[in-house]
Amino acid sequence: MSIKSKITRRHFIVTSTAASGGLVIGFYLPGAEASTLPSDQEDLKINNQPWMSPTETGGAEVNAWLVIFPDDTVTIRVAQSEMGEGVFTAMPMIVAEELHCDWNKVQAEYASANRSIREGGVYKRMATNGSGAVRRSRRYLQQAGASARERLIQAAADRWQVPATTCTAKDSIVTHTATGKTLRYGEIAHEASTIQLPEEPTIKTPEQFTLLGTSMARLDTPLKVNGSATFGIDIRLPDMLYATSKTSPIVGAKVKSYNFNAIKNRPGIHSVVEFKSENKTMGLRSGVAVVADTFWRAKTALELLPIEWDYGANSNANSKEIAAQDLEAINNKTGTVALNEGNALENVNKATKVVEAIYSAPHQAHATMEPLGCTAQVTQNRVDLWLGTQDPEGAIHSGAEQSGVAPENVHVNNCFLGGGFGGRGSRSEVNQAVAIAKTLGGRPVNLVWTREEDIKNDYYNPSLVTRFQAGLGSDGMPLTWFSRSTGDSILFWHRPKAVANGIDPIILRGLSDMPYQISNKRVEYIMRNQHIPVSFWRAPGVCNSIFMIESFIDELAHTGNKDPVEFRGVLLENNPNWLNVLNTAADKANWGQSLPPRTGQGIAICVAFGTIVAQVAQVSVSRRGELTVEKVVCALDCGHVINPLTVEMQVESCVVYGLSAALYGEITVENGAVVQKNFDDYPMLKMKNMPEVETHLALSGGTEWGGIGEASLPSCAPAVANAVFAATGKRMRSMPFKHYDLSV
Amino acid sequence: MSFTLKVNGQSHTINVEPETPLLWVIRDSLGLTGTKYSCGIAECGACTLHVNGRPVRSCVTPASTVIGKEITTIEGLPPDTTHPVQQAWIAEDAPQCGYCQSGQIMAAVALLAKHPNPSDADIDREMTNICRCGTYTRMRRAIHRAAQTFTRRSAAQK
Repeated sequence: MSIKSKITRRHFIVTSTAASGGLVIGFYLPGAEASTLPSDQEDLKINNQPWMSPTETGGAEVNAWLVIFPDDTVTIRVAQSEMGEGVFTAMPMIVAEELHCDWNKVQAEYASANRSIREGGVYKRMATNGSGAVRRSRRYLQQAGASARERLIQAAADRWQVPATTCTAKDSIVTHTATGKTLRYGEIAHEASTIQLPEEPTIKTPEQFTLLGTSMARLDTPLKVNGSATFGIDIRLPDMLYATSKTSPIVGAKVKSYNFNAIKNRPGIHSVVEFKSENKTMGLRSGVAVVADTFWRAKTALELLPIEWDYGANSNANSKEIAAQDLEAINNKTGTVALNEGNALENVNKATKVVEAIYSAPHQAHATMEPLGCTAQVTQNRVDLWLGTQDPEGAIHSGAEQSGVAPENVHVNNCFLGGGFGGRGSRSEVNQAVAIAKTLGGRPVNLVWTREEDIKNDYYNPSLVTRFQAGLGSDGMPLTWFSRSTGDSILFWHRPKAVANGIDPIILRGLSDMPYQISNKRVEYIMRNQHIPVSFWRAPGVCNSIFMIESFIDELAHTGNKDPVEFRGVLLENNPNWLNVLNTAADKANWGQSLPPRTGQGIAICVAFGTIVAQVAQVSVSRRGELTVEKVVCALDCGHVINPLTVEMQVESCVVYGLSAALYGEITVENGAVVQKNFDDYPMLKMKNMPEVETHLALSGGTEWGGIGEASLPSCAPAVANAVFAATGKRMRSMPFKHYDLSV
Repeated sequence: MSFTLKVNGQSHTINVEPETPLLWVIRDSLGLTGTKYSCGIAECGACTLHVNGRPVRSCVTPASTVIGKEITTIEGLPPDTTHPVQQAWIAEDAPQCGYCQSGQIMAAVALLAKHPNPSDADIDREMTNICRCGTYTRMRRAIHRAAQTFTRRSAAQK
């Protein structure tokens, strides 16, 4: 937190003008108590405003990723966003492994997206998505650390006038082996920063790791137990105004009129800003915002502002009709063929038994704990943005487009994200905040969406409906596999040209690359886009498809009187890594143990983002039908692990997020608009519902690393559904499970 | 309306509509942003703070109803994170995104004041704040750990 330096920072000063409405008389100055803090509080590893440096001056930038200070402190820049998944610890660990620095002296800060735009993408990929932080970035982070280490060694060798090959580096110290002379990194960092290596060093192989693979405490934790971690909603600037907005409740609806006179004399009201929209799918939607001197005054005035809407052509849509059309499509239409091996359509006639089932999953909201929002300040040729974003470069481009200012002059100050899950990249909030700030003559504005706006104007997880048909041979094993799915396409909303052939490969993840060895497979897809905007959710595609595939596989196992683990094992016999994960989960869960009545175990397995995950859920169902998920045992293979602690935490996180959707989550539409509005009608798992979660690593090594932020979500719902079948004989084929009567 | 609130031991004169929720007085008028807004309907507990030592969901608590009472926010715990609950949270690596954690910690502090050695059933009953990241298991362990710290301290005092 380095509170000692905070009071001088312009972004943290609360001045009397901030209370321009005369609100505060004896106002509180955050940080004013700093002089009473014990000195150990100055040792925090990340600034509580994470776009700022934890240590400010005197460092040498050895390369764009790291700065070394005279006292050997190393600040490592993190190009991904911290939304709970642990990148503020994992990414520095990757650099530090190669740098051979003392981990206790490592600090972290966000890399600058503005700099990356100005300097030709120096930070390479900056979006946080696709469970890609480690698996897509680690090679160049390893290289950056290794390169810096070799330059530090060279700098020391130059001082001693000895060959670099006679020196070694460990714990931030370079040693000349023959003489035992040493130099600390902090003593040679400035020289190292000027050295060019003749060639880049080779990065380590996994067996050489000493830091990676060990559980390290997260660097951001201390900031998150005293309220000091700064989220986008927490930005306070001199002369700042507050705003909240009402976006058109239906995509395609437009503001016809509004009556500012009805609210303009309320206390603290500054103005109303209308968003004039071209109704582009991903840009600014029609709506209005009220600007005031506090959020509460803006919110209460917006609720009283008379707004007339032209609801447009989509105002007749409702979820029941969409679901009926989905069924009609998968029953009666032929889809685009995404996979065709053998001849499933003909050879099903050779089957001893044919099994058919229809599965469905509704739209889901991201519902991050921090609602969407953005603080913006627009001056003549500069835009500043403060928000937690999964896509800081995208935020810059949105800010540039909305303001007319060049991207090089748009600065995004990325904050801690109050949850992301794919929901903090669509940038509606940036467009709105900049549109408001443009009208304020240089004053900054803190736009916060109410929870209701956040739920009703999300870009949702797509719905999916799948009809399966499998033909079983006389041995009870599947001879043919057919699936036909329909639902909305994510890429249609984001990159429409990518789906011109009728296939959305994201939606078909799991379906078109199923690992089970079945000689006849046919996978069809009927893209049916609604006016309901959809986007990337946690584990997009597989979050729905794996529920369906793994439940239907379970049906096939039971139909053929096979044990579900053994049945999968036969279908995976040529996939040793899959078998290892499957068997690890089963063994650790004591699969097949005798259980009390109406208690059961279910298993599911999948691959997501390069990581194979198997989960065994144990559930009990009371005679009244109350479902309790008692335990989830998870085995996974992500190849290699950076921080085992983070892996465990992400498994727990995926279980909670996945279970909330599977048990309760459902976004529906009536008269074109989303029905749900808050956590009372879009509920989620609480402490009392939390199962015990066990994580077991079943690592296969190899050269490709898997992601862990999403991989453990997809198998959770089918493991629970299969466990409910084992406990009750009732098969749940649609989410959320709350709609099933499981009573005796 | 002008009135005085006592927050973290300091008196502040506030001039807002009396029905303004305490949450927004704390965040916007006093600049104490550790207490979070998430649902606004007392469903999630992200806004939990203490009024006279009891946990209150400040998003639905009119500011005028807490005049003269002792209000404690997350900033009222030791900023150097030396409170046993904060220490337990760190030891168990509880936070992920961190957004709900101020409210969770304030709820846990209140729980431990009421039940110094809480059972899992006590925790289930009292800890009703939502965490979307899934830190429940670690928070439960942290509460038990903090309870042990309190138990050791009170034994040492006897």
